[in-house]
Amino acid sequence: MSSGEAGDDAQTDALLDSDDFDDAPSDAPFGLAATVITGEATEGHPAELPILVTGICGRLGKSVARRLHRDRAVVGVDRRPFLDKPKDIVHHQLDLRRKKIRDVLKSTQFGAVVHLGVLHDPRASAAEHHSWNVSGFAKLLEYVALFSVKKLVVLSSANVYGPQPDNAQFLAEEAPLLGGQNFSEIRDLIEVDMLAQSFFWKHPDTETLILRPVHILGNVRNAPSNFLRLPTVPTAMGFDPMVQVIHQDDVVHAIQLALRPGVRGIFNVAGPEPLPLSRIIKLLGRNHLPIPLSLGTMVLKRLWSLHLTTFPPPELDHIRYVCMVDDRRARDVLGFVPQHTIEQTVRSVEDGFW
Amino acid sequence: MRSLAASLLGNVASRVTARAEGAWDDAKGSATSWMTSMLGDDIDARMKRVPVALGDAGVDPFGLDPRWTKWALASAGFLHRHYFRTQVFGTENLPPGRVVLVSNHSGQIPVDGALIGAAMFMDVEPPRFIRAMVEKWTQTLPFVSLLFSRVGQVVGVPENARRLLENDEALLVFPEGVRGIAKTYQHRYQLTDFGLGFMRLAMATKSPIIPVAVIGGEEQYVSVANLTGLAKLLGLPAFPIMPQLLIPGGQLPLPTRYRIYFGEPLYFDGDPDDDDAVIEEKVWLVKATVQSMVNRGVKERPHVFW
Repeated sequence: MSSGEAGDDAQTDALLDSDDFDDAPSDAPFGLAATVITGEATEGHPAELPILVTGICGRLGKSVARRLHRDRAVVGVDRRPFLDKPKDIVHHQLDLRRKKIRDVLKSTQFGAVVHLGVLHDPRASAAEHHSWNVSGFAKLLEYVALFSVKKLVVLSSANVYGPQPDNAQFLAEEAPLLGGQNFSEIRDLIEVDMLAQSFFWKHPDTETLILRPVHILGNVRNAPSNFLRLPTVPTAMGFDPMVQVIHQDDVVHAIQLALRPGVRGIFNVAGPEPLPLSRIIKLLGRNHLPIPLSLGTMVLKRLWSLHLTTFPPPELDHIRYVCMVDDRRARDVLGFVPQHTIEQTVRSVEDGFW
Repeated sequence: MRSLAASLLGNVASRVTARAEGAWDDAKGSATSWMTSMLGDDIDARMKRVPVALGDAGVDPFGLDPRWTKWALASAGFLHRHYFRTQVFGTENLPPGRVVLVSNHSGQIPVDGALIGAAMFMDVEPPRFIRAMVEKWTQTLPFVSLLFSRVGQVVGVPENARRLLENDEALLVFPEGVRGIAKTYQHRYQLTDFGLGFMRLAMATKSPIIPVAVIGGEEQYVSVANLTGLAKLLGLPAFPIMPQLLIPGGQLPLPTRYRIYFGEPLYFDGDPDDDDAVIEEKVWLVKATVQSMVNRGVKERPHVFW
């Protein structure tokens, strides 16, 4: 029995694989590739310059790359290898904390940086988490400012608000980021979000966007999708919070919209209309098993200590309290409208999962 | 041997489930007939006429589900029609669209809210679902939080109230809060201090305020004292001393006759972020209106119990 939805969304995917954590030295010939690109697009209009995508090898990163590379040159950074990479994408297999990242940004004038590289492995040590997420991102910000990249899109998550009993039904972007109160693993993501916010104010020449999508569903390997893939989905007895979900392709669409020149700011991104959790499970045709919360917490804690589950116990709050966002700003300013219905969104956890 | 046992077991199981299903259907049938007896034959037609923004899934964004609400309304309807035999006045004053109902609060337990909810569904045309705000800590309770959410009660934060009004819902507010409901008998029908939040909200969303007077609640439980110190110690909102609880059957509220008066809509303009002093004047006007409606209602009623 394990339940809960991940404190973090799509950024989490593939990083759940433990071998991703070896700080593998990069042997990618990035210098060469970078020169090629510099030759192609120097001093172009920002909307035509290449895009740097961090964390490109996650499932969400790959969809972003596939969507973007048709119109613009895409350069990826990830310490994992990009296996089935389209030919025109340049990939640097390196760690965000390494100095080489500076060379990547120096050698090419990027039109935009899309940061998806938040690591969220519930099993990684807090130090590793923090060093990768926060120090790595701080370095990246430094170079974005230094080489005056005109656009920065940071994928945060609606989980930074955190599920609380006194949450407003729909949280606006100004709501305090309390997600770390009971769930310390989310603090890195909050810190990244905050760093991006201060960057927004300190560097007005860069159009900074922070996207906070709700639970991302799809073939991504994040906690909400994994949770809904359980053969019998446990729920907290006597609780059935309203939940917002979004299809991973809709998140990609939102990132695309964020890359248009002229927009900046923080945006909550939500999918189709919210539904009670039980209804979502029903849409999938799965059984749900209501478990008294005290028993559920106890069992999950035990399973967690025995390394038998990937769901940390504090995430139980997600199947107990609401954590929904007001996405009016994204609809009005970005012109974002989810393209997938609730059925398509929920069913997407099953299709194409291998 | 094993297959025989399995088939026997299967046989027994299917019989048991068949019987259980039969009993369940019976129970469902009698429950449905009970519900129609409470809410009238045209209940489904009435439900359809309620202006509420349901999504494709049949749930509103706050989690209100008409299938649950029906049951809550039927229970409130029993109290409304049969137990308290409520008389409702002034339903013609209710405008369509967004509206803030501001009522006096009384009776130790919030029967008044349930009765206003029943009246708004059974006696008002078109029928409305009443939305009210609940305490934040109720959200931590299993089943309670679920029930509240499905019958349209939302967590008491200003953002929620604002959003409900922007969706043209009817919002019920007791500005006296717990001070009002825990009044002792000697202070019956004397309104306590009003909070200011509802006025700012109504001004920000340009919603009319309907003053509501509820008569009959103060006599359902006679409280001789409220031990605030002890209540604080126990973490309770109030600790009323009610001698009737010692009498067998006295635990139920006394079947007083309730009277609900809907007043004429009040409209307020101005800056919702104005100083408290400015807002207080407007709130005072609403309070005075409710108080005079209460006074008149008390004076006009022939008897507490009929």
